[in-house]
Amino acid sequence: MTTLATDKRNRRHPGGSSMIRPGFVWAVPAAIFFGLFAIVPLVLVAVLSFTSWSGIGSPQFNGLQNWVNLVHDPVMIQSLWLSVLLTVLGVVTQTPLSVLLGVWAAGHQRNRAILSAIYFVPLLLSSAAIAVLWRGLLDPNFGIPSQYPWLFGNGNLFGSQRGAIAVLVFVGAWQFTPFHTLIYQGGARSIPPVLYQAAQVDGAGMVRTFFSITVPQLRNSMITSIILMIVGGLTAFDTVLILTAGGPGTSTTISAFYMYQQAFLSFNFGKASAIGLVLAVVATAISLVVVRATGYDKMRSTQEGV
Amino acid sequence: MKTRPNYLAGLGAFIWFIIVAGPLYVMLQATFETQVGYGKSGALGFPSTFTFDNYINAFTVGFGRYFVNTLIVTVSVVLLVVLLVLPLSYAVVRNQGRSTTFVFRLFLLGLAIPAQVVIVPIFYLISLAGLYDTLIGIILPTAAFALPICTLILSGSMRDITPELYDAMAMDGATSIRTFFGLVLPLSKGGISTIVVFSALQAWNGFLFPLILTQSASTRVITLGLFNFQTQFGINIPGLLAAVVMSMIPILLVYLFARRALVQGLMGMGGK
Repeated sequence: MTTLATDKRNRRHPGGSSMIRPGFVWAVPAAIFFGLFAIVPLVLVAVLSFTSWSGIGSPQFNGLQNWVNLVHDPVMIQSLWLSVLLTVLGVVTQTPLSVLLGVWAAGHQRNRAILSAIYFVPLLLSSAAIAVLWRGLLDPNFGIPSQYPWLFGNGNLFGSQRGAIAVLVFVGAWQFTPFHTLIYQGGARSIPPVLYQAAQVDGAGMVRTFFSITVPQLRNSMITSIILMIVGGLTAFDTVLILTAGGPGTSTTISAFYMYQQAFLSFNFGKASAIGLVLAVVATAISLVVVRATGYDKMRSTQEGV
Repeated sequence: MKTRPNYLAGLGAFIWFIIVAGPLYVMLQATFETQVGYGKSGALGFPSTFTFDNYINAFTVGFGRYFVNTLIVTVSVVLLVVLLVLPLSYAVVRNQGRSTTFVFRLFLLGLAIPAQVVIVPIFYLISLAGLYDTLIGIILPTAAFALPICTLILSGSMRDITPELYDAMAMDGATSIRTFFGLVLPLSKGGISTIVVFSALQAWNGFLFPLILTQSASTRVITLGLFNFQTQFGINIPGLLAAVVMSMIPILLVYLFARRALVQGLMGMGGK
């Protein structure tokens, strides 16, 4: 909405009037700071991927050694598949949930305000707190699963790959659904009521209205939300670190966690940089593909013809 | 439009309420039980004991210190972010020159850089600067990675200032500095409070940078304290959960008083 309003305003003042405008100097401090801690590291991660460094002394160039190692590393190959699997499972569980909750929260039901205030709570907590909380609640010896053997078997959800993945997907949904709900709530609020009135006049039912008006109108929210899920799913490893530590064995070692492990537990910083670069490229590429494929970059408004 | 009560949606909303609030309730209840009592009555059972020991214990294992550290980090990050983002957003909104636009594009690109992929170079740079295992070492990258979203939020709210007001300021012969303090600053209060709350939340909950950039107990922040507690005393579930509750209290307080700013910040993050 803001973009639309700005466009209109700019048209009224083509090129801006002759008033005094702040110079580039206003942008310099932030630009330097950001460049130093975000852009330089992005370049450096590529450079470091061609070096060997154990964290002490200075990095030594070793050519393509890290990359050769990486391509022949079965754990790395497996970790990429696990990253994709966990990301896809995250998207397919969280998207329907947050669309439904977001549309619901955009409405005017009784108790809505109180309920959405509580839905929001997981979003306020650090991922460390959430992971530690669930690790405690799902503890194999004292947690909830240990009390319900008919449902959870031996109670050790962390003991099998299937169980560990299920825990990660569930905790991910618990943690991130509120955020995506918020995106969809914002999207649903800006759907013009006239569309619903038209649908009602045409005699469309609730389900029909939802799928023919609400969902298509939420397209931009959906693209934003899914891109954030993909990038987050591929790169976040704090939950994995605390909940499963990549285990049992390496069966939940996603690439991002493998990178952390290589760097800060095995002190193999060169190889870790290579993994970091792979993640950066894959995450960016997927985002770009999603953006291009959906025409999001052209910022096509969902309100054309309204 | 007339709305009929939608019982199905109501039921779904209620189920999700249980899924979100249930674990939080179970956690809170467990923190007032002794470790033995918790083992007996189980996670979902009715508590058989009542004690504050878990909270006292959390303080004795160092959470007081972690609290202070986290507070220092949070306040510094917020100050740094506000001081950098305010002039930048002003320039982005009012100076549409090529270099400013380029910087803004760079920041938008920064939105897409997940901090995780650059942990190795960040560790390298911070070590090189001799800031490893210091609070400043945590503060600098945490602030840097909060900048893009905060710039997006604040420049969005500054765009809502109408050009007529700028025209009026210019007509009075105001310099860009006077325009900034006389017009932009007072009219961006909403946006500023949003980025304050947002960057505070980021800093308070930050785990990644403390994890890779500190090691000793004297520089430990609260999230890392939780992780440490879990690896050391993982079997003491009530104690662990009490520590989790303590880490949440300040945020929940802020949430009570600044809910609007927080929600707006988070919406600005994804809604554009």
